[in-house]
Amino acid sequence: MTTDNAPGTYDLEAGRERTQPVALTVNGVEHRLDIPGRRLLSDALRHDLGLTGTHVGCEHGVCGACTVLLDGQPVRSCLIFAATVQGREITTVEGIGDDPEHPSPVQQAFIDSHALQCGFCTPGFITTIEAFLAENPDPSREEAREAISGNLCRCTGYQNIVTAVCRAAELKRAAGRATAGCAGCPGSGTAAGEEQP
Amino acid sequence: MKPAPLTCHSPTTLDEAVRLLHDLGPEAKVIAGGQSLVPVLNMRLATPAHLVDITGLPGLDEIRVSAEAVEVGALVTHRRLEQDDAAHAALPLLRQALVNVAHPAIRNRGTTVGSLAHADPNGEMPMILALTGGSVTAASVRGERTITASELFVGPMETVLEPDEILVSARFGRFAEGTRTAFTELTRRSGDYALAGAALALQVSDGQLRTARMGFVSVTELPDALDLTELVAGRPASTSADIAEAVVERVTEHIAPESDIHATADYRRHLTGVLARRLLTELTADIPARGAA
Amino acid sequence: MTTRMFGQRIKRREDPRLVTGNGRYVDDLGTGALEAAFVRSPHAHARILDIDVSGALDVPGVVAVWTYEDLVGKLAEPLPMLLPHPAIEAPVTGHVLAKDEVNHVGEAIVMVIADDRYLAEDAASRIEVEYEFRDAVVGIEAARDGAALVHEEAPGNIAAHLVQEVGDAPGRIASAAHVLELDLDIERSASMPMEGKGVLARWNREDGSLRVHSSTQTSTGVRAALAARLDLPLNKVDVITPDVGGGFGVKINHPWPEELALGAAAKVLEREVKWTEDRREHFISSAHERQQLQRVRVGFDDDGRIAGLDVQFWHDNGAYLPYGVIVPLNTSTHILGPYDLPDYRVEYYSLYTNTVIVTPYRGAGRPQAAYLMERTMDAVADYLGRDRTEVRRRNFVREFPHPIGLTMQDGREGIYDSGDYDTSLDKLKALVGWDDFADYRREAEAAGRRVGLGIGCYVESTGAGPYEGGHIEIETTGRVNVATGLTSQGQAHQTVLAQIVADELGVPIEMVSVTTGDTRKMGYSVGTWGSRGAVMSGNAVHLTAKKVKQKALAVAGRSLEVDPADLEIVDGIVRVKGDPKAQMPLAMVSVLSNPLRYAFDDTARAATQFAGKQDETKPPIAESDKPGLEDSDFYSPVRSTFASGMHAAIVETDPETADIRILRYCVVHDCGPMINPMVVEGQVHGGVAQGVGGALYEKMAYDSSGQLLNASFMDFLMPFAAEVPEIETDHLETPSPLNPLGIKGAGEAGTIPVSAVIASAVEDAEGFPITRMPISPPELWELRRRHDAGEWPSLRRG
Repeated sequence: MTTDNAPGTYDLEAGRERTQPVALTVNGVEHRLDIPGRRLLSDALRHDLGLTGTHVGCEHGVCGACTVLLDGQPVRSCLIFAATVQGREITTVEGIGDDPEHPSPVQQAFIDSHALQCGFCTPGFITTIEAFLAENPDPSREEAREAISGNLCRCTGYQNIVTAVCRAAELKRAAGRATAGCAGCPGSGTAAGEEQP
Repeated sequence: MKPAPLTCHSPTTLDEAVRLLHDLGPEAKVIAGGQSLVPVLNMRLATPAHLVDITGLPGLDEIRVSAEAVEVGALVTHRRLEQDDAAHAALPLLRQALVNVAHPAIRNRGTTVGSLAHADPNGEMPMILALTGGSVTAASVRGERTITASELFVGPMETVLEPDEILVSARFGRFAEGTRTAFTELTRRSGDYALAGAALALQVSDGQLRTARMGFVSVTELPDALDLTELVAGRPASTSADIAEAVVERVTEHIAPESDIHATADYRRHLTGVLARRLLTELTADIPARGAA
Repeated sequence: MTTRMFGQRIKRREDPRLVTGNGRYVDDLGTGALEAAFVRSPHAHARILDIDVSGALDVPGVVAVWTYEDLVGKLAEPLPMLLPHPAIEAPVTGHVLAKDEVNHVGEAIVMVIADDRYLAEDAASRIEVEYEFRDAVVGIEAARDGAALVHEEAPGNIAAHLVQEVGDAPGRIASAAHVLELDLDIERSASMPMEGKGVLARWNREDGSLRVHSSTQTSTGVRAALAARLDLPLNKVDVITPDVGGGFGVKINHPWPEELALGAAAKVLEREVKWTEDRREHFISSAHERQQLQRVRVGFDDDGRIAGLDVQFWHDNGAYLPYGVIVPLNTSTHILGPYDLPDYRVEYYSLYTNTVIVTPYRGAGRPQAAYLMERTMDAVADYLGRDRTEVRRRNFVREFPHPIGLTMQDGREGIYDSGDYDTSLDKLKALVGWDDFADYRREAEAAGRRVGLGIGCYVESTGAGPYEGGHIEIETTGRVNVATGLTSQGQAHQTVLAQIVADELGVPIEMVSVTTGDTRKMGYSVGTWGSRGAVMSGNAVHLTAKKVKQKALAVAGRSLEVDPADLEIVDGIVRVKGDPKAQMPLAMVSVLSNPLRYAFDDTARAATQFAGKQDETKPPIAESDKPGLEDSDFYSPVRSTFASGMHAAIVETDPETADIRILRYCVVHDCGPMINPMVVEGQVHGGVAQGVGGALYEKMAYDSSGQLLNASFMDFLMPFAAEVPEIETDHLETPSPLNPLGIKGAGEAGTIPVSAVIASAVEDAEGFPITRMPISPPELWELRRRHDAGEWPSLRRG
């Protein structure tokens, strides 16, 4: 099945792979890279730009750890070749907030709600939730759960991430007005059963 | 899991793109959203030497609604089509099906036309194309041609497209007036491929069933549609429960499910029957008996 | 007054870094390092006849291609048998790179090192291996049958065989009023952390030292293995565990072939080398767990009091046995659960198969034990027509300590140290509404819905030894640096250990920082496994903090000229009880604890030779003392402490599609006093979610030739948020008498009973026995068909 197509892409004299120029706009900064055509966006972000907040969990588009925003919409950076998103605006978790002293509302909500344990999947959730709340600033708990149902987390059981989505909405709204509430969202640690008999 | 070496080409006109494809030969593949292709490349199950990225081509990102059809350009993502209100008004089945395609992050990048080219009978949209009596338009150095859904799909993940052709648009046919539609599927997890899925387009007037067409996910070899009109035509909607048995029988005869690690063929057949019955019930539940209201 | 931190819902101190993309996992380190890829066997069982690497050498950027022939010295020996046990009859372990045969799909054969992973994979794909095929042994039946062998040296494919017996189970069963037999089956899942394994190795030519970063659950273990196999002095090897993206057991096995191979490559190539396991590799070359076939004979009286329990089970340990019999041993020693069963016999066989190795996955044999016992309890209750909770209650242990007469995984007898199972059950019944369920079911049935209620109870030995240590130093800034040797994969050690130290030292928690899993900071440690982190390192840092506090009070007492017994530390200030004016910041105590000749700043000046008055009759450092406000201590328990819990779930099964939905999931959990209830609940949530995966979604689908058919997240169905229910929790806090903090482990608890609970609930909904887990809608539908055809029995309850 594998065909030997290397000769065209290896520069054997130079002892390396051929590259092509790729211009990427990441977190508002334009970068000019010289990278092979097969470089995945996830690898370009992590290895070429040093933005290691974007994590790689499966490289087949299921786990969501590598989720970044492409023109504001969540996408899997492991399923995109860097060369195919030139001129688009890419936002990584660092673009949402890279200062531990001053986390963004979604990031703060994760801290408040104990919505992470090992933290590996977290950046993919944060980018996903950032975009979701832009579309739905006042989600119900069920909507929050649905919104994160395309990302895998192996540590938390998701419950506190659902809480964090509502908490983030609350924090974002609180930034705009004095009081806010999130119907149906209990505080951290307690739980609301669905369809309690 | 890194793709094999390849060269990524980014043409800026359709002419350039089809010329590239023609010149590069079968070692080149078209990539748009890449949501089905890139996993395969990452696992090195396919190793094309060249990718022709069509995301930079102008004019392929439009959704056009006409009296007969919803026409979707090759660069329209699932998500855009799903959220397009005009398309939804014209053909609600599109949104009904699209919300079941993987997860939003995949729909944000994956294109509807791309999923047609992928021709996966486990995918929702090839079936929808078949069910709507739709067609696609393919471009190559030889010009453009239109291919109907029934011609397009020739095997699982197999189409009549030539290696140097690019699908530039798809045309989903609108249903006759009075047609109501529904889509349902059962997945193991949210966003997974369906164990089985089905969609029904049921034309009703004056409390009577007129025509019916049903399409299936994950239980047929090819994305296709089953015409059930002869079973329903002229029957009062209120008697749908009576004809359900015949519909289920016809459906289970038609489909050809296979066993895999997720479900046996027997289960899929049973499930498809259940889904067919539920669709029929769902689409007739609110129809008053003839003469009323 | 400093608030006591123990017991508070302190927000995690790890989080600000992790949520802002500032976590540092192995693959985030080593920019510019060479990268490794491996040629792995595509066959389950074969001899290797020839390896042709020539094609790989044409790929640019390839630096090294190693086969077994390139391994020198001890590196070429079989990987260690980490946990010897008398039950092991045929210990077989693999090699760093396959020697002359492969025993599972995924076994590493060739290592390629290149400029980057893309090129390394290119080269690996061009290496040709010629095989001579052998029959693959897949599944317990095939292994038990023994017609084909995985290893010639293991006849009958038996790796280990053990009988444990207390009392006279066969005799008591023979004379019991009722006897039941059950055959049970539980399948394979896997830890499946979001981050796979990873190794970054750097050789320092100048001083002949090796530094390895590994995504491991034991940095000290990896260090010792590297030193031994690379023949390096231990003090020339350091292993650092950076942020780890989840472990759940799979990262406790060590040394993984890649850890040794990368360490060796760094040394030989004198370059920094890195390996980042990809998802497919993780599926086929890490470890799985759970698969067992179980046979139960139970005798009991009319009230459901169990007279005797006789168990046999067959455990699939995969291709090799590096981690010994820990998993089946945990099963055999946890079957008794919260029940007082003085007559118990268990016999198990641990069997080789041509599949990925089996090492602990969260619960580590205990989920299988709970499954066996709880399925049995439900069967007894159904047979007698009694309420399932009443039969359980009839058998509870009520007196502590309760010795069970079995030797546990730590080589010591299992003795339940404390617990309150009656109260747990009362709380659980109240939480789930056990006594109201019949009404709920009636209402549901009237609406055409099918629902069921299930229960599962368990105990868990936690906090096993041998030991963990703590090191604490208080800097002259007042900053408190705490180190413990075990590693962290999300358990909030940096928070909960800081809580413990802050309490004991009387300092604000903000002043405390905790380092884990870095052999440069703490060379003595065992690792993070078996729900032991908080118990072991928690008590270790607690004891260490006590020592450091005593030292601080002694130094401050000398300076303030008061009896140390009259001193206390509050908010980082050492002061005389009842006389707040006589005080000194801990930072100053730190300065004074280190007599100086040289003043490098104003603070240090206070400790120099001409600062203040001195007792010239005594040396600056007392004979029994050491400079610096720092010390170490270790906690080493006599035996494990037993946590416990009970879960209940309400499920709904679709009468037509057989789809299974969990409507409610309730947990009553007792891990003793909780250091941080928020963290404990997080552990429970995550544990239950993994349990739900194992009960309804996840299994390793091997075909008969040993190919893993679902080695991806597409087909291995780890649950998303939509599949995991909201979890309702209640707690008991029964202290352990075994350790100073009175705490018990919590990490694995949530996972342990879930398959038992869901089986119980589905069975209750369907009215026929569920004996095989996990269960999917197609499998449930098939059972219904067999039941309707009279091929599968009904429950007796009718």
